[in-house]
Amino acid sequence: MRILRLAGRRLAASIPTLALILIGVFLLLQFAPGDTVDAMMAQMGGGDAATATELRKFYGLDLSIPAQLGNYLWRLVRLDLGFSSIYGKPVASVILERLPPTILLMTASLSFAFFFGIVFGVIAARGVNKWPDTLISILGLIFYATPSFWFGLMAIVVFSIYLQWLPAGGFENIGALQTGIWRTLDIARHLVLPTLTLGLIFLAIYLRIMRASMLEVLNLDYVRTARAKGLDETRVVIRHVLRNALLPMVTLIGLQAGTMLGGSVVVESVFSLPGLGRLAYESVVQRDLNTLLGIVFVSALLVIIVNFAVDLVYARLDPRISAEG
Amino acid sequence: MDFTRLAINRRTALLTSAAIAANVMNPLRAFAQETPRKGGVFNVHYGAEQRQLNPSIQASTGVYIISGKIQENLVDLDADGKPVGVLAESWESSPDGKTVTFKLRKGVTWHDGKPFTSADVAFTAMNMWKKILNYGSTLQLFLTAVDTPDAHTAVFRYERPMPLNLLLRALPDLGYISARHLYESGDIRPNPVNLAPVGTGPFKFVKYERGQYVMADRNPDYWRPNAPYLDRIVWRVITDRAAAAAQMEAGELHYSPFSGLTISDMSRLSKDKRFVVSTKGNEGNARTNTIEFNFRRKELSDIRVRRAVAHAINVPFFIDNFLGDFAKLGTGPIPSTSADFYPGAGTPQYPYDKAKAAALLDEAGYKAGSGGTRFSLRLLPAPWGEDISLWSTFIQQSLSEVGITVEIVRNDGGGFLKQVYDEHAFDLATGWHQYRNDPAVSTTVWYRSGQPKGAPWTNQWGWQDPAVDKTIDDAATEVDPAKRKALYAEFVKQVNTEIPVWMPIEQIFVTVISAKARNHSNTPRWGSSSWHDLWLSA
Repeated sequence: MRILRLAGRRLAASIPTLALILIGVFLLLQFAPGDTVDAMMAQMGGGDAATATELRKFYGLDLSIPAQLGNYLWRLVRLDLGFSSIYGKPVASVILERLPPTILLMTASLSFAFFFGIVFGVIAARGVNKWPDTLISILGLIFYATPSFWFGLMAIVVFSIYLQWLPAGGFENIGALQTGIWRTLDIARHLVLPTLTLGLIFLAIYLRIMRASMLEVLNLDYVRTARAKGLDETRVVIRHVLRNALLPMVTLIGLQAGTMLGGSVVVESVFSLPGLGRLAYESVVQRDLNTLLGIVFVSALLVIIVNFAVDLVYARLDPRISAEG
Repeated sequence: MDFTRLAINRRTALLTSAAIAANVMNPLRAFAQETPRKGGVFNVHYGAEQRQLNPSIQASTGVYIISGKIQENLVDLDADGKPVGVLAESWESSPDGKTVTFKLRKGVTWHDGKPFTSADVAFTAMNMWKKILNYGSTLQLFLTAVDTPDAHTAVFRYERPMPLNLLLRALPDLGYISARHLYESGDIRPNPVNLAPVGTGPFKFVKYERGQYVMADRNPDYWRPNAPYLDRIVWRVITDRAAAAAQMEAGELHYSPFSGLTISDMSRLSKDKRFVVSTKGNEGNARTNTIEFNFRRKELSDIRVRRAVAHAINVPFFIDNFLGDFAKLGTGPIPSTSADFYPGAGTPQYPYDKAKAAALLDEAGYKAGSGGTRFSLRLLPAPWGEDISLWSTFIQQSLSEVGITVEIVRNDGGGFLKQVYDEHAFDLATGWHQYRNDPAVSTTVWYRSGQPKGAPWTNQWGWQDPAVDKTIDDAATEVDPAKRKALYAEFVKQVNTEIPVWMPIEQIFVTVISAKARNHSNTPRWGSSSWHDLWLSA
């Protein structure tokens, strides 16, 4: 019950932010020259003026901008995201179709980065300034400095073209449509390279943070006490240090859930995944306002949910922080 | 860069000699090599998803590449670029050019089993081509009715003479038929059939997953005997060009149409034996790079300044160093691939001559000021291809050498069209002019005055010439092919003299296709055609 109340309060607090974001994006897109009909003409390779006028009426673009904005917000109040002009169906169903690949990719890369970030961070901190630390730090720097599109393309060249171990792109094998566990395995195989590509940059950040945070906590008084009690080093690290060192990591996850939605545009394009990032890019180029606003809305909700979850995890990691706080 | 035609010739030569050798040693093996193989899945790179897939209401290669296999047109072009019947078996025009009669193929059925009749043709022509189809609405402007005296005859009636050779060259693109029984009730544009097309073609639509793929399977009831050979075609949506090249190399794609890869990847793959890289099969999709002048700028309304701009740019150097064998020097709006209308290179041309350009600018009264600058211009490049981006930088640098400062303003597709063709917020613009087999389809609109504001790829330059307008109008209704050709030669001469738009580069789209494919690129619009004879060797 307490959690529900908290969730309700959080959601209510974010409504003004959401409204501001939506109005901002709406107005920003009005500044971009051309509308969805111009974009469509560009795609068709030409058309006459009468067609354009008729299309503008069809898409509701003949109204004034305040009227369009008013219409949009009023629909949103009724939880109607509107109609997508490029897809010709309700925005809600377009987004629902595109959500699973993005969420899968995001969860997989976050988990990958988080888990290995902890492992490598701990190893580096335990052997600070010795060769494992140096090696891990150098690798981390390389991952961090590599642009993800380049890393993705190189991964395709090595693993798909040269070694032929993994597929070069796509969400699942189209030639032979599979079901059940085989389909799951097939999708997993397709997600290996995108996950690595998206996850490596975050891995680099996590391991740096984990290493620093471990070093800091290792020097605290209670750790000395624990050692003085005669606990062995592994026990000290796992039971006493790790838990406290995790706090900054958890904060970072909350912050980066949003970044990852953005970063996935590149990875989704390189690996031809039908995700939310590519949909957003396409809606901007096609000036499909409804779809874009719908994506902003859903992404904002996702970020709010992730941050809420992060708050709950805080309370579990450190009982001094109450979820009520 | 030594590829395309050369590579093809070498390949063909090798294959032929191999076949001859095999023939001598083992006739059976040679026979086996020539026999088309049934079966196989053909994977196609699909770069830009469209909003719908019905070619009767949207004329673009992004639609034809898919629906050209599912729906069929009345006529298509054969290997020599001559019209050949598909759903129409024969045609004739009345002497006054106001009536065109098509005899339709019998025994053709739609994929849902209903018979194809003249009612479908009449419905599509009157409700789709005339009212919705881009370019179709201009072509069929004077179409008043389509009579259907029997189930296999369609009589097109025009208010003004319709040149038969114009109609037959436009119909391969603008003549796709849709099924009347699926469209006659309700609005055409939002009809769900547009995203799940039903046609008479060799492949039946199966599934469209937005953002992922489109799939079509062999039509077992296709009217051509023993066709098609392929079991299935899958169009994979890949927006990243480099990723598409990687998928070609990984063997996950067989074909990337319409210059879908980067110039560097295309030249790299052309040296790889697993692929054929060529402009062959795209002759029907010729385009020219443009320089569009805005006459609202005082300087550019002076013909000497326009000519100076044209003279200042070393086009052969640009082609050799940036575009390679994929492009050649252009001579105006009608490209040399157009056997029926190309007027030759005898029209006014503007070869590279920096001194002459400077002299013309001096003569026009724009002397170099301090720092050598005469005046500055805003250049808007279209975002359609990397060649345009390179070309705009080349224009910028060339013009700076004769004292004209150029600021490049980049936009995405929608923004470019709005700023150039609607708001006229440009001094120079550059993009592609698409030539569609007859100048009346999409070429003369670049020069004819009176285009409505906002219509993309039309004369929005603030320029008007009654003599040019007259030539264009006369040619559009001239039924004698020889006289039409002469009128278009005159048209090119006139517009090359005035140059409201200069078109100095000719390009044909480049195909990258697996060497396993057979019977490909055998017509001038092969990427858009039905692929009924395409097969994959083992």
